[in-house]
Amino acid sequence: MTQLIPPSAQARKINWKLFLLLVGIIAVWVLAYNYIQPLANWITYGLLKLGEGSQLGESLAFFLYDVPKILLLLSGMIFLISILRTFFSPERTRALLGGKREGVGNVLAALLGIVTPFCSCSAVPLFIGFVESGIPLGVTFSFLVAAPTINEVAVVLLFGLFGWKIAGLYVVTGLIIAILAGIFIGRLHLESSVEDFVWQIHSGTVAESEHLTWANRLMRAWQSVKEIVGKVWLYVLVGIAVGAAIHGYVPESALAGIMGKQAWWSVPAAVLLGVPLYFNAAGVIPIVSALMEKGASLGTVLAFMMSVVGLSLPEMIILRRVLKPKLLGIFIGILTVAFIITGYLFNLILV
Amino acid sequence: MLNIKILGSGCANCKRLEQIARKVVTDNNMEAEFEKVMDFPEIMKYGVMSTPGLVVNGKVVSSGRIPSEGEVSAWIKAA
Repeated sequence: MTQLIPPSAQARKINWKLFLLLVGIIAVWVLAYNYIQPLANWITYGLLKLGEGSQLGESLAFFLYDVPKILLLLSGMIFLISILRTFFSPERTRALLGGKREGVGNVLAALLGIVTPFCSCSAVPLFIGFVESGIPLGVTFSFLVAAPTINEVAVVLLFGLFGWKIAGLYVVTGLIIAILAGIFIGRLHLESSVEDFVWQIHSGTVAESEHLTWANRLMRAWQSVKEIVGKVWLYVLVGIAVGAAIHGYVPESALAGIMGKQAWWSVPAAVLLGVPLYFNAAGVIPIVSALMEKGASLGTVLAFMMSVVGLSLPEMIILRRVLKPKLLGIFIGILTVAFIITGYLFNLILV
Repeated sequence: MLNIKILGSGCANCKRLEQIARKVVTDNNMEAEFEKVMDFPEIMKYGVMSTPGLVVNGKVVSSGRIPSEGEVSAWIKAA
């Protein structure tokens, strides 16, 4: 049967099916998203007959609402972000950054850090590829700060649990820190603190970027949804479970004393605590959102999340292969200070 | 004989890519020589900036992601 159809018509037929499938999935998604709240309430108060306002009831309704909401949001948003990302690649980003002055280069590098597909496991080849093609060290660092800090899972969780204002604040602050940290490192002229072998590498010609059809892009986006959601769903589940327990059982403003604005030491403590917690970023944000309800201040919370997501121990260990201890130390130091300043700043300006 | 290289410093994705490539070669009743390139200067020679990379007979066919079995099969047959 298929042999009778000319190739172009066959491709068009596949595109039609794909399009219908996509519309169907979007319809189911929207429907599900709108029925989570009534369903969670019905199960908790109707089916299980838990008293409205009881601690267990509050916790369970919170959990049953937040888990499907966050997982749906994650799948949907990561799908869209992944489609966008099929238009970018580290190779293309490098070409875009080539020959840019410092300043302009730092801004562009930070912005590209958001959309370029990045995994901290590729931080080393990416670093070598950038530096070796003549992109200034400071511009490279702007990219290396923005890419992990403004990461899709963190931003989607912030959006789902805190709303778009705080998610936006997080993205903008992350961008500013990435730009300034990169400019600062560039001014220090630390080229000698990059491991010597990096300067001796001459990489081959860049592999040509392949031509992708829309069907390819959608399939790739779907694959990365499976990969990312498959990796983080358990953390999200545990994080929301702990958050739900805090929501139901911890009294209001219980944390104002230790995580509120009055406690000046809470910002640096939050940043230092955040560094080793990298892999649980997906689980940490739901817990933090519950803490904020109970009196933790926004600046402290934002500083904590930035250090959880942006300063990760495994990534630093990987970067040690190309950076001498001095430069790595300066890099970690600058970010730590930047996150602490962010915390104080937001505690100061936000009511 | 086919020569297949996996570029990457031993991350989980590199291992999965190697599994897929080996399976495709066996499924197609072909023989291939496998090499793991884990040294960064060596990886950079292929112009690849994101791992894992897949090289078939000296040509980079994919980088920065895990291709599907179908894609790998097409590359191997074309080589």
